[in-house]
This record gives sequence, structure tokens and C-alpha cells, in this order.
Amino acid sequence: MMIANSLDNTFAALADPTRRAILARLALGEATVMELAEPFAMTQPAISKHLKVLERAGLISRGRDAQRRPCRIEPKALAQADMWLAQYRRLWESNFQRLDDLLDALQLAEAMPDSPRNEDVKQEK
Amino acid sequence: MTNKLILTTPNDLEVVITRVFNAPRRLVFDCYTKPELVRQWLIGPANWVFVVCDIDLRVGGAYRYVWRAPDGSEMGMGGIYREIQAPERLVDVQLFDEDWTGGETLNTLILTEHNGKTTATHRVKYASLAARDGALRTGMADGMSAGFDRLDLYLQTLV
Repeated sequence: MMIANSLDNTFAALADPTRRAILARLALGEATVMELAEPFAMTQPAISKHLKVLERAGLISRGRDAQRRPCRIEPKALAQADMWLAQYRRLWESNFQRLDDLLDALQLAEAMPDSPRNEDVKQEK
Repeated sequence: MTNKLILTTPNDLEVVITRVFNAPRRLVFDCYTKPELVRQWLIGPANWVFVVCDIDLRVGGAYRYVWRAPDGSEMGMGGIYREIQAPERLVDVQLFDEDWTGGETLNTLILTEHNGKTTATHRVKYASLAARDGALRTGMADGMSAGFDRLDLYLQTLV
């Protein structure tokens, strides 16, 4: 099933720890609602609610087998999230690069001779 | 030359981000705790702006950061300081306004200095088992797509 999803939907779906754990389980292979509900202290209807959110976000799809309706992971939506993720890492790297620059500036300011006499000595040399 | 950012998962509950800075740790500590300095680097995307940067640097004191994106939307987060040992250790509990880390995180910043360089180690401890499972285990399962590897990294970096 192909739905054009915004990243907002994807990340809103990923923002819940239970849904992330469901995805972690599905990364190992497809599973039924019953199998997914097992490790959680949750009812099947509660798990089904989470699955609907994941399905709407395009992160999982459900099989046609009416009885089992196995869930599987949809790599395309994840790939889209992945691009955002690379940006996120770059964001922290740019934060730290700005911090590098700030630290350089602070150290330079500390090392600078601030009295006029020091300036004179420098110029004479 | 840029120092490398390293992400590790040393145990089941924590994520650790390590980065070296070419400066003594008292300056690095200042950059993490003085609003006029924090405002200059903890910005995120280059075209975002800091709108709130309040820091009450004492045990039990609060901090609050809010940024504004070019489209006018705002993102905020806040926390409470638990331990302050200048210039080597800072512990706080933190929560984003839109709680996307599955509850509060316990953050520990440790600064060690060697030959004038400072290693900053951020430890982020997740609030619950479920949060840990989601954030840490997601990418550790076998047979993942390459995208899933990166997703794990993303979840780990939600600090």
C-alpha cells in the first residue's frame, strides 16, 4: 500500500516507545497482532491502535490473510526518516562546531594583551 | 580539523555521546552553563534562533530553552539541575515540550581535561524500560535495512 506520508506522520508515529518496540520486533520478521501483544503488558485492542498509527504513517503494512493479517515493516518510510536522521546528526555536529569556534574566540580573548603598554612592546619588536 | 562525535550504547539504559574540544574544561563548562554563551552555539539548524535561554544554575534550579524556526514554529524543552560540580560534572533531568523521548531523561555531562583539551561525555539515561527498548533495541535487531541502522542512530540521538 503506497501512501504519500509526511515526515511529521512518520516521526509522530516513532515518538511512542511502544511503537518503536513494535518496529524493533518487526525488524526481525513479520508477526501477528497476538505475537506482537505478547511481550507488552497490553491488550490486543491497545496494540491494534498502535498498529493503526504505524500503518497510517506507512511504517508497516498488513497482510491480506483475513485471519492472521501479519504485520511487516515498510522500508520506504524508514528510508525517508533516515534522510531526516542524517540531518539530525549534522545538526549536532554543527552545534559542536559552533562551540569549537566559541571556545577559540574565548581563548583568544583571554590570551590577548589588553593593556596598551603590551601593544607598545609588541610594536617595538 | 574537526573532532569526531562518537555515539555509543554502553549498557541497556544509556546512550553516550563523546566529543573532544580544544579548550580547557572551565571554558567548556561555561559554554554549557552561561546563557550568553549557550545562546551562541546550542542553536540547531543555522537559520533557527534562540528565543528563550533561561538558566538558574543551582541544584534544584530550572533551565528553559525555546527555539524558533524560520516558519515561525517553536520548539521548547526544559529541565532541573540535580548536581553541579563546576567545572567537571553537571546532572539534570530534561523533558521536551513534545515528549518524544518517552518520558524524562537523566542527563550527565562529564568534562575531563588532558593537555589542555577537554573530553565532554554526555550520558543520557532513558526514563523507562519501554523507552530504552524503543530507543536502543530498535536498531540492534538483526536483518535490518540500512535505513533501519540509521534510524537507530536517530533514536539514540534524541537527547
